[in-house]
Parts: sequence; structure tokens; C-alpha cells
Amino acid sequence: MSADRTSPGPGPAGPVSRAPAGKPDFAVIGRPLPKIDAWGKVTGETRYADDLVLPRMAYGRLLRSPHPHARIVRIDTAAARALPGVYAVLTGQDLPRVKFGILPVSQDEEALCTEKVRMVGDAVAAVAAVDEETADRACRLIDVEYEPLPALMSIEQSLAHPEVRIHEYGDGPNVHKNVSLQFGDVEAAFAQADLVREDVFFYEGNTHLPMEQHAAVAQWGFDGRLTLWSSTQTPHYVHRLLAKILDVPAAHVRVVAAPVGGGFGGKLDPFAHEIAACALSRLTGRPVKIALTREEVFYVHRGRHPVLMWLKTGFTRDGRITGSHIRTWLDGGAYGSYGVASTFYTGVINPVTYQIPVYKFEGARIFTNKPPCGPKRGHGTPQPRFALEVQIDKAAEQLGLDPGDMRRRILCEPFTKTANHLTVTTIGLGECIDRVVEASGWRAKWAGWRRSRAPGRGARRRGIGIACSAYMTGAGTAIYWNSMPHSGVVLRADRSGGVTVLCGATDIGQGSDSILAYLPAEVLGIEPKDVHVHPADTALTPVDLGSYSSRVTLMCGMAAIQAARRLRGVMATAVGRKLEVEPGRLVFRDRKVGVPDDWDRAVPFAQAVELAEAMHGVLAFPGSYAPPRRAGKYKGGGVGPSPCYSYSACVVELTVDEETGEVALHDVWVAHDIGRALNPLLVEGQVEGSIYMGIGEALMEGQVFRKGLHKQPSMLDYKSPTTLETPEIHTILVETDDPEGPFGAKEAGQGPLLPVIPAIANAIYDAVGVRVDELPIGPEKILEGLELARRGKPARVGPARIPLFTFKEPLVVESAFGQPADAIALRPFSDPEDAS
Amino acid sequence: MNPGGHQTSASEPAPTRVRLRLTVNGEPREVLVPVHRSLLEVLREDLDLVGTKHGCELGECGTCTVLVDGAPVLSCLMLPVEVEGRAVTTVEGLAEGGRLHPLQQAFAELGAAQCGYCTPGVLLTAKALLDTTPAPSRQDVKEALAGNLCRCTGYTKILDAVELAALRMGGRR
Repeated sequence: MSADRTSPGPGPAGPVSRAPAGKPDFAVIGRPLPKIDAWGKVTGETRYADDLVLPRMAYGRLLRSPHPHARIVRIDTAAARALPGVYAVLTGQDLPRVKFGILPVSQDEEALCTEKVRMVGDAVAAVAAVDEETADRACRLIDVEYEPLPALMSIEQSLAHPEVRIHEYGDGPNVHKNVSLQFGDVEAAFAQADLVREDVFFYEGNTHLPMEQHAAVAQWGFDGRLTLWSSTQTPHYVHRLLAKILDVPAAHVRVVAAPVGGGFGGKLDPFAHEIAACALSRLTGRPVKIALTREEVFYVHRGRHPVLMWLKTGFTRDGRITGSHIRTWLDGGAYGSYGVASTFYTGVINPVTYQIPVYKFEGARIFTNKPPCGPKRGHGTPQPRFALEVQIDKAAEQLGLDPGDMRRRILCEPFTKTANHLTVTTIGLGECIDRVVEASGWRAKWAGWRRSRAPGRGARRRGIGIACSAYMTGAGTAIYWNSMPHSGVVLRADRSGGVTVLCGATDIGQGSDSILAYLPAEVLGIEPKDVHVHPADTALTPVDLGSYSSRVTLMCGMAAIQAARRLRGVMATAVGRKLEVEPGRLVFRDRKVGVPDDWDRAVPFAQAVELAEAMHGVLAFPGSYAPPRRAGKYKGGGVGPSPCYSYSACVVELTVDEETGEVALHDVWVAHDIGRALNPLLVEGQVEGSIYMGIGEALMEGQVFRKGLHKQPSMLDYKSPTTLETPEIHTILVETDDPEGPFGAKEAGQGPLLPVIPAIANAIYDAVGVRVDELPIGPEKILEGLELARRGKPARVGPARIPLFTFKEPLVVESAFGQPADAIALRPFSDPEDAS
Repeated sequence: MNPGGHQTSASEPAPTRVRLRLTVNGEPREVLVPVHRSLLEVLREDLDLVGTKHGCELGECGTCTVLVDGAPVLSCLMLPVEVEGRAVTTVEGLAEGGRLHPLQQAFAELGAAQCGYCTPGVLLTAKALLDTTPAPSRQDVKEALAGNLCRCTGYTKILDAVELAALRMGGRR
């Protein structure tokens, strides 16, 4: 079943039944409720990290490298130390000499570089002073002598100069990671194909550009205990790493994630400013705040990898894929960050969308002297998705097939395994395609491959394009190997009738705090307002791994449901005794507990809490969630598995001006398989934001470097869409009630970005017959394609060749394509009743 | 950036300070601030009105928008001498008498604030629009808000919320 909410509701509506026949109606789930933190955000009450001010607080600044690659010969801080108003100056020599990184396999960062700098923006010293101006002045008084080294600013340069080593570790000179996986015989699959296409694509990197610049406040108390408040998406990993980096017991470190003013993956690493703030606080005996400037945010980056891609795919006459082989080269920048995972993600998620019986993936991540890349919304998957969906469009044209119909016919089967051993559960993509085709008027608007292009006014040509995608709902494995829960909740019932939820989840705007109120409220028959949520504080809240991989709603949601059910079970027993009925007959709704056909005797929720507390003692219940263990049994099989996958289909309608090359978007339709919309308002918001961000990546956003320098480290020069570039967005929610998700829900925060980019590229082709196989698609590339067409050449703009590079011998594994999914096994930590 | 009121350093010339009198959210305020301090800093650091946010401090993103005599300005680009004697409205001044402004209500109800960081600036820009144009078209709203970047919402629910607030405030086209 599906819920179409193309028009916004006028406000909080009454309960809306979306439950399949035979299932109970929901009281909270499915209602377009305001987020629980909405009031704080519209009144300016929400306190972000930079809004925190503590008594005696000092202000810190970092001195950053002006060189893309250089040896540090000498750092003289004497003049800075002598400046009145300066409390402390710190270099890497003052910190424990440990390298760190978010992934255990890539421990290659220093908070303050000691031997060399690897990019413009690497931090080399830190100052704490009476105010920011003084700290700035002190930074300018620090004398650093550098010995410049050759800067490697592209994949090609780094591979061509193995004698210049950015790091001493990795899978070869300047090669951070080299992976090769093969599932079945792709060459045999190509031999059986009616059409084999080889295409090369390039996806320029871009950055998250959160509106909030990163900020951190550290307070190292005289009791030897450290508290860090930070704009971080992952307080747990920061907690672990701070202990290691600062060489202090983790038990004496507390990390609190302040409400995050936009993350998108950019606040998922431990950062130099967080570490420096802590060290400076210890040194000065004062709280220390460091807030980054916008320019610094461009340098800390961890954004979208530039990826060069070669894609070879075999198709049958009717559009079926016989096999697929993809090679990716990632420009990783100066450090590892999440890059090993990013590398895998450029290959492993493709097979969960369409039937790909055999599959081969080769990927390499290359170090360059640029800000490090990492996870940005969609993490490693928008790049190959762009390539795959444009290539399918090209194949559809050669085969004379409607590109929507072709995709519709080759979808993966629900509850099966892919070639690379990923288990897919529900798939709503067929309905998603049907819905966007219908809503957009595709059948009337798409004129077929022999474009009888409707002449626009003057040189303006209208076009329409389609694409699809899939994304994971939470990574199946943690960043460090362990068998503990991925998300935990402690739920406490109060005699007031209120409930408090403690959970390590971090709200970055997606609404995780609200989810933590809605789900217990649904289970317990109370209102979300009755639930107090205390998130993201390592001293108080059970671990949640962080706001990444679209994992939070599913994982903290499942943990919250488990905790609430445990409370409900105890309360039912206590109320059952009081009313002398079987606990199983009791229902919890409207802040009461009772038997439906004897509702007059129902006990108010607060009284039910008192009965339960008198019977049981303090009412505090844990909930734990870990994903089902079904990683493929091969090395590398841990990246890609997810409890379930979301699916999206997109149609874009636009106009291209043949004189200027400019693209004007008119409408974007996305149908998204959300499993179940726990709050359709929040899901729509995620879809709309994803579409917007995809538009920016497709048409304008890119990180450009000149002579080792970031060319546009400001919001004016780095173009992002405003209200005027953002078209009308039409969101269609498709519900599949996935057995793995909380009340059937899947992710919404990342997947809907993916199909937008290739749909735009395909629509541009439909409009003017130019294939731009390189992002972003600026006007100059369209004009170049039109010029090629005028000269009678193929109107294709994009990379012409791939690097000379030897991938590893592939790990050859049998394809698991089409095998039935394992039975929905009991998850770790689950209760028997969770299965119901 | 000097909330503790510390002495300035001996080696540097003391920054020239000015006495600034202005009305903030309807209340008269008086502060002594360095002449080069931006209105953004005066609001956040001298008046503790941290509801006003900053995204670039270069006049590029619209996040720090406040109203000066009813007109939207980028507070990061405004100096004390420019606001002497004038009336400043920040997000903290939108609600009156314990009642939210209809824009605030609509933004909360429709999910127009996700991370919420751009929200104060967007609300004030939208208020200035509705004060002069009670029944704006969608294009009017888009043009008014074109200088306020938002990375979360795709602007859709922001536009919807401004339209809803206009409707509730009685604007008829």
C-alpha cells in the first residue's frame, strides 16, 4: 500500500490509518506531527555548540598550513606565547605521539602535524587566548618553516609520481586501498549478451556545506575529567578516539553532541579542533571553545570523493543485464578517513537494484594533497549510481526500449540474495516507477528515442529523464569490530506518567529525537509530548554508533520499541492484577491501560506506572539493537549488508537553453519506498532535502583546486542551489512494511538523492541530445556537446580514458544471485515477542 | 568575542570602543563595544542573544539575518555605528506575549526547520516580506528568501510554511 502526500498538510492532522487490513491502527505512527524540537528551533532556544559559553572560557584558534605538501622544519611559538592575552600555545610536540583515524585500518592523522603537512589547511599549532582576535593574532606570530614538497593534486598525478609518497602505508605508492571482488564469470556473461557497453564517467567531488560551522567546547576539570561538547554526528566514536589520542582513560571522558546544525556526513570524524580544545583546556585550566571559520570547514571536508568510473555491462535484447563489471578510482585526498568504506561503497550497493547475475568490482582509493574525502550523503554510491543509470539509458536507446519500462522489468526479486551475497528484503521499486511515471505524465511527455523534440521558445529545449536507485538502511557492521549493540536505549517511566528515553543517537536535523519519542509513545499509548528524550551524551546515554549510513531511525527505533515493550509488559502485569484480567487482553491507548470492551475501568497511565513500580521496583528498561548477521562469507563481505534497502525512482523535467547551455529545472518527482512513514512530514522533508542536494551535485557543486589551493573555499564561490534554482518537488511515499524495520520503516535520508543526478543527466540528453558523462554538468559542458554535434561528432562530453593501473587479483566468490533470503532470523538481543 | 570583559593587551593599541544605544526586541539596550565589532557579535556576545546564527561571517549565506527598523540585514556585515538608535529584531523577538508568531507556528507544524540552523534568519526575512507583502505569490517568497541558504529542506517546506503563515495572517491575493 502507499501513501501519496504530494500536498502539504495544513498542520497536525488527526490519526491517519495507514495500516494494512487486519493490523491495528496506529495512534502516533503515520501522523504528520511537528518534531519534538521544532519549538526550540523556531524560537532560537536550541543551543548549538557555538552557543555554549562557560565562565572563564578561553577562545582557541588553529594555525593551518598554507602548503599542500611540505615538510615541517621548525615551529617557533615564542612570539605568540609572549603576546598578552594568550593563555597557551600548542604544537604536535605537546600531544601524545599517536596517529589516529576513524577506521582502525587507517590510523594516519595527527591533530597537529609534527613532521609534514599533506594539504592546505592541515593544522600545525593551536592557541588559547582571552578572545578570538587575540588568538588570531597569536597564530600569525607563530613562525613555521616549511620545506615544500611536490604536490599531487589528482589521481593521475599521484599514480604518475610514486617517488613522492604522501603516506608510507597503503596498498602501493599513494594507493590507500586496492580491492577486487568477483562473483561469477563476467566474461562469459558478456559473451551471452546482445549488447555490451563500456562507458567512462567522472564525478567531481563536492562538499557537505552544513550551515553550521563546526564548533567544540572542552572543559578539562581539576578533577581530571574531560567533557567535550561538539557539533558531531558520532559522539561515541569521538569518545573512544579522544581517549586514545589524549592518552586518558575513556571512563574519564564525556562527549556530548550538541544539536547539530547540519551534518550530511561532514561531522563524522574526530577533528583537530576538538582535540586541540581538549588539550588547551588541560593546559590552561579553563574551558576552551574553538569554532571553525567557513574557510576551515572547506578544509576539514570529508566530503564526496571525486570518482573516475569504467563500467562494462552486458544486456539482452529485452534489456536484461547478463553481467556487470565496474572499476572505480577514488581521489581520496590527504587522509584515510572513511575512505576504505567509501571505496567498497562505490561497488557493493549497485547489485541490490536490478538483477545482475554476475558481478565484478575493482576499486582503488588514491591519496592526493587535497582535503580528505569521506562520507557525504549517499556515501560512495551516488557516483556509481550516476554511471549505472546513464549507461542503462544509453543501452535502452540502443535497444529501442522505454527506459522506465526497461528498468521495471529487471528489478531484483524481493527476499533474495544478490550476486555479492547481500540479502534484500522488501522492494517497492516497481510501484515507485509506476507512481513517478504516472505522476509526471511520462507516457505523454517522453517522445521516444527518435526525439521529435518539441521546439521550445527560441533555443530552449524541454527534456524528461528517469532513473532509479537503492540505499542501505544502516550498515550491518560497526566501524570497529565488536559484538555489542549498534544502538541502545534506556527507558524510564516516571510516576508523573511521563517517560524518559536515554539514547546515544545524534539529531542532525533528521529528527531522531522525535523518532525516540514517537515509537515509545505508540507502544505505550501516550503522546509524544509525554516522552522526554535525552540524546547523545556518553556519560548518560547507551551507545548509538552515530548518525551515518541511514541507520538511526531503524536501529535506535528498534531499541526504543524493545525497551517500551519491556515496560509495557511489566505495566500490563501490574494492571492485570488490579483489574483481575489477563495482561494480554490489556491495550495501551489514550494515556490509559485497560480492556477495550470494559474501557470505563481503564487505569490512567500515571496510575498504571505507580502500580507497576510498586510491584516491580524502579521502572527502567534497556533496549538493544544489532543488525541481523548475514555478511557474505568472504573478505570484504562486511561492507554492504544492511537490515533492508530503500528504493527510489525519479523523473525530472527540465529545459536546456541551447544558446547559453543553462539548465532550468521545472519539476522533480521522486517516489520513495520508505517501508513505512513513521511521520510522513519528516520523510517528505528528507526526500525534499535529498532531491535539493542531488540537484546541486548534478548541476553546480564541485571542489576545484588551482596550484594546490582550493579555488572556492567560501559560500559565495562554492555554488549551491538557492530557492530560485530549486524546482517544484513532488514526493510520493510508497510503503512496503519491511519486516526488519521499526513498524516496517526503512531509511529516507540518503537514498532519494541518488536517482536525481542521473535523471537530470538523462533529461538533458532528452532535451538536446548531449551526453555529459561528467559531473557537475555546467553550461560549458552542454555547449561543448552541442558544438560537437554541430561538427557531426558524437555529442558526448566526459573523460576519454582511464588510468594505467593494476588492480589486485580478484577474490573470486560464487555468485549468490537469486538465492532465497535466509529466514528472518532472530536478531541479536531481540526478545521473542519482537518477532511479532 | 570578549564575554568576560577582560582588559585588552598592553602591547596592542586598545580598540576604540563606542557606546552603542539601540532597541533590541522592543527593549532599550546600551553596550560599550569595540568599534569594529559586528552587530552579529554584539547580539550574540554582548547581549547573549545567541538565537541569531552565523554561517560565514562574510555576508554570503543569510544565516545571520536580523531586522533593523523592520528591514532584513546581514548582521555580520553591520557595524555598531550603523545601528545606533535603531530598532533591531532577532528571532527571540518574534513571539509576542508568549504567543508564537504565525511564521514560527507554521514552520514548526510543517517541518520547515530540520537542523534549524538557518531558521532564525529565514523567519526574519520572511517576516519582513509578509510585513510589506501580506499575500505574496510563491515566486515572491522564493525571491525574498533567495539570499538565505538552507542545506536541509530543499526549501519546499519553508515556502509552504511562509504561504501558510500568510494565509493565517489574513493575507488575501
